[in-house]
Amino acid sequence: MGGGTGKNLNLKLHVWRQKGPNVEGQFVTYDAPGISTEMSFLEMLDVVNERLAEKGEEGIAFDHDCREGICGTCGIVIDGRPHGPRPRTTTCQLHMRSFADGDELVLEPWRAKGFPIVKDLMVDRGSLDRIIATGGFITAPTGTIPDANAIPVPKENADIAMDAAACIGCGACVAACPNASAMLFTAAKITHLAMFPQGQPERSSRALRMVAQMDAEGFGSCTNHGECESACPKGIRVEFIARMNADFVVAQVTKGRREAQAGDSSAG
Amino acid sequence: MSTVALAGPGTFLGSSIGKKVVMAVTGLMLFGFVLGHMAGNLQVYLPHPEEAMRSYALFLHGFLHGAGIWVARLGLLAAAALHIWAATSLTIQNKEARPVGYRQWVGWESTYASRTMRWSGVILLSFIIFHLLHLTTGQVHPQFEDMNPYRNLVTGFQQLPVSIFYILSMVLLGMHLAHGVWSMLQTLGLSHPRYKKLAQKAAVAFASLVVLGNISFPIAVLAGILK
Repeated sequence: MGGGTGKNLNLKLHVWRQKGPNVEGQFVTYDAPGISTEMSFLEMLDVVNERLAEKGEEGIAFDHDCREGICGTCGIVIDGRPHGPRPRTTTCQLHMRSFADGDELVLEPWRAKGFPIVKDLMVDRGSLDRIIATGGFITAPTGTIPDANAIPVPKENADIAMDAAACIGCGACVAACPNASAMLFTAAKITHLAMFPQGQPERSSRALRMVAQMDAEGFGSCTNHGECESACPKGIRVEFIARMNADFVVAQVTKGRREAQAGDSSAG
Repeated sequence: MSTVALAGPGTFLGSSIGKKVVMAVTGLMLFGFVLGHMAGNLQVYLPHPEEAMRSYALFLHGFLHGAGIWVARLGLLAAAALHIWAATSLTIQNKEARPVGYRQWVGWESTYASRTMRWSGVILLSFIIFHLLHLTTGQVHPQFEDMNPYRNLVTGFQQLPVSIFYILSMVLLGMHLAHGVWSMLQTLGLSHPRYKKLAQKAAVAFASLVVLGNISFPIAVLAGILK
């Protein structure tokens, strides 16, 4: 970061270090002097890691990819807040100007049974992918590209779907939830398809299957604290959880509408 | 956890949302009861409270030839039992969902009421048991008179520690309802951005109504207004 107007911070970091998935971890304290306020949080960790490498020590492992706030890979609980103190900001988009000289920061991984720790601050969020795989899709005919606007979609529905689709699957909702619940994530994925005509054929089975997978992954359930919404870097709202609840209840009470009859094809 | 087929994996009661719906529906029943219970007891402020409360009690005991009160009691017992079952099951699930906690965790949106639901619930259960032994069956009442609810209320609340326990329990009930009523709407899918703030305020307003009405009884006795 060349020639900015920033100043330098001297920080102390208490970082969770854990060598592998099933070993004990502990907090290790590092001094981080001369950190520019122009750096992003991850660039700060890069600097700390370079200094560790120079000393022949192993660097702090942390998740990151696009560093543009859109991929959902990064995520550190900084001083008790997933993605740190700035609202609607991923860890990679958080800058050191959000901190003050002399700050002591506690860096922890997402803590949830559904997010086993891979190493240090890295967690395995494959559980969220498995929830998506059970129902986060629509069935569409292949072939030529359909005409634009051939299927009318109310503008408000499209906007709500886009709000829900803003979810980048980072898991901050789970990390922030006192119950380690993945309901905000699952609700966002259910809502963004349920708002469209194209999402209707699987609407019931989607709600049933995604909620079942969410439970099977060992996530907790919502007690309506609202911590997820405030931690979400994309501003996903808890109203979507109510929508998921309604979809799930309707699907549960209406499933099995048609009984099989003699003469039904077994070939499917 | 459960071995009943009704509550196995993939079933309504086996799912987290199914249990939350049980919480919401039974919570709504219990909420309706406390509201009606408070409103009915406001008859202590009528000009002839002893007669009014006795005829109110006789009416409740005679409703549907005496069957009504047992329908209500069994319904409330079932609602309370299911409410506690769902809460216990969900709490165990939620605790297991985070085996290793944070060294530091900062709440932004959660409230004291929302974080203490299970504690206010457990304390309220002990209050309900005491309350039934105190003013319904009379075992822990110093001078219980059968079918004289007004006299029992006055002599019961003249004991200061008992009144303090009632008042503190009602404050907890208020916190429980303030979070619970809004949660109930959210769980049942009755949430709309335009009405969210209104629903949250309504939950606090209804909770305050129940609490203020109920707290007024021991205070009125201690102040000598009811005697």
